[in-house]
Amino acid sequence: MALLEVKGLTVSYPVAVGLSAFISRRFLVAVDRVSFSLPEGRTLALVGESGCGKSSTGLAVLGLLEHVGGEVLFRGKDVLRLRGKALKEFRRRAQIVFQDPYESLNPKMKVRAIVGEPLRIHGIRGDEGRLRRALDLAGLSPPDYFLEKYPHELSGGERQRVAIAAALILDPELLVLDEPVSNLDVSIKAGIMNLLRDLQEELKLSYLFITHDLADSFFLSHEVAVMYLGVTVEQGETEEVLLHPVHPYTKALLSVAPGSGREKVILSGDVPDPLHPPPGCRFHPRCPAAEKRCVEAPPGEVELSPGHSVRCVKAESPREEP
Amino acid sequence: MGGIGKYIVQRVLLTIPMLFILLTAVFLMLRLMPGDPVLAMLGGRNVSPELIEQRRKEWGLDKPLHVQYLNYLAQVVRFDFGKSSRTGRPVLYELRTRLPATLELAFGGIFFAALFGITTGIWAAVRADKTSDHVVRLFHIGSFAIPIFWLGLMFQMVFAVQLDWLPVAKRVSGIYAYTFQPITRFYFLDAILLRDGKLLLDVFKHWILPAVTLGIALTGFLGRMTRAAMLEVLDADYVTTARSKGLAERVVILKHALRNALIPIVTVMGLQFAILMGGAVLTETVFSWPGIAGFLVRSLDARDWNAIQGTIVFIGVFIATVNLIVDILYSIIDPRVRY
Repeated sequence: MALLEVKGLTVSYPVAVGLSAFISRRFLVAVDRVSFSLPEGRTLALVGESGCGKSSTGLAVLGLLEHVGGEVLFRGKDVLRLRGKALKEFRRRAQIVFQDPYESLNPKMKVRAIVGEPLRIHGIRGDEGRLRRALDLAGLSPPDYFLEKYPHELSGGERQRVAIAAALILDPELLVLDEPVSNLDVSIKAGIMNLLRDLQEELKLSYLFITHDLADSFFLSHEVAVMYLGVTVEQGETEEVLLHPVHPYTKALLSVAPGSGREKVILSGDVPDPLHPPPGCRFHPRCPAAEKRCVEAPPGEVELSPGHSVRCVKAESPREEP
Repeated sequence: MGGIGKYIVQRVLLTIPMLFILLTAVFLMLRLMPGDPVLAMLGGRNVSPELIEQRRKEWGLDKPLHVQYLNYLAQVVRFDFGKSSRTGRPVLYELRTRLPATLELAFGGIFFAALFGITTGIWAAVRADKTSDHVVRLFHIGSFAIPIFWLGLMFQMVFAVQLDWLPVAKRVSGIYAYTFQPITRFYFLDAILLRDGKLLLDVFKHWILPAVTLGIALTGFLGRMTRAAMLEVLDADYVTTARSKGLAERVVILKHALRNALIPIVTVMGLQFAILMGGAVLTETVFSWPGIAGFLVRSLDARDWNAIQGTIVFIGVFIATVNLIVDILYSIIDPRVRY
């Protein structure tokens, strides 16, 4: 059984415009019926441009957002319906690491308090040993050097390691990594990526890895889901999707990755306003291969080979019917 | 902590030229104002020119302006602010005896402003854009817009006149005015020192209306600041992280969010407290509160130059002190601030 099974996940945000919020509330749909599953000890990468809903998906999976629909099954139990004790138990087993370690660490707390807080929340004794082990695992050694420091006294890479240590201290099963290396320098980034891969092997962790960088997903993930404007357009085994992409959007993303060797496909225009998504296939206004039928109805999901599915009419039938 | 000691000394030294400029400005402005203390004191009717001349000489007002100014400065550096022409007592004595009344009211105002402002501000931020948020914000704007003297008068009308729960004005009831010998002139403290429960209750009853009036007047601004500061930190990733670790929402808000939102809140409270020293004029007048602000108003009416100059410098010193305390608080609240 998969550790995490997401079925038809929908995330919306209320759009309040001044006093009109009193009268009627409109919703922006950030994530629209997304489904995926994450087996134990594996990594699923959510890839897409900013605003495509990948971070909202990550937060929703942890039960941190309101206005969420669908099901998020963690070991068979629906996270969205957990309350009280069961929710606290889930919080212990699923953790998050954010993009910007300058934002994700409380500037008023020392490393000791930041990393040790989860222990206090869950009433776990034997702090000191676990604290040191967590810092050690995250590559912060000697731990004593870091324990009494404030975040502003550390470098970006060290901060991200503190965030990772705080996520690891409760021995979680699932980590949501929300662009964990996007804000770091290249040299530091490599160190953190290697650390994440080693930790997964050592601790049998499962990662939901959110990134906009296909190269990162290639390095770390077993499976990948490409998102565009709140929907998954293509998903499957990482190698399969990245080496044999089918969806025009995946192809375009890959073509602009450095060293891809492909002819660059430069998409015209911007991502449309998610409040007014285009009819039919959401990608059609920017798609280099768009046809008339793309405007008419949203494409269904087509399974090309076991595990590799895509949402594009061309995959359904290569040519437009006369 | 050698740094902070040095910082405090520097700040105190910087205050001296500031006060000197303030004093000079007030000194000159008063002498540009129509009217003078001698005429104001003797009244306009049938006063002999000889008497006027005699008083001018007594108070040193017959000398040229620059001589008057230098004489006054020479007094001030010895902490002598001269005598009040209205009461005949030293200005410093007048201020010293009135300061406790003003402070007692100012602390009350700040206390209620913090009680109403910070709590409603947090509440509004947590429920941002929901109906309860709109209601709280309406209350904030209302509190900001209501004229303070009108609010004071309404409170007097409702709670003192109609309901007869509380006294209308002053710091204590008439029966105590003759029997009660103040020790510190902080009446709450005095009542406790005298172990007089009835007096304490009496003092409280007199204090509560003006303190709440001031508090409500200050709530709006503080509440809006708190809401804005909280909104900023409630979105921060470390707040989401704290939630994801299973921390109770109440603890997330108070420990992770509020502590990081405190800097602007403390700044506003410091400014408001300083303003209260001089700005409680209307409240002190409405409630016949024998504080510094009321003294300043009556001194202005009497063209009591010494008293006005002394009071303004006094308020200046007070504002500088509060600002210094706020700056020191920054370094306690935020470990990144170092002096």
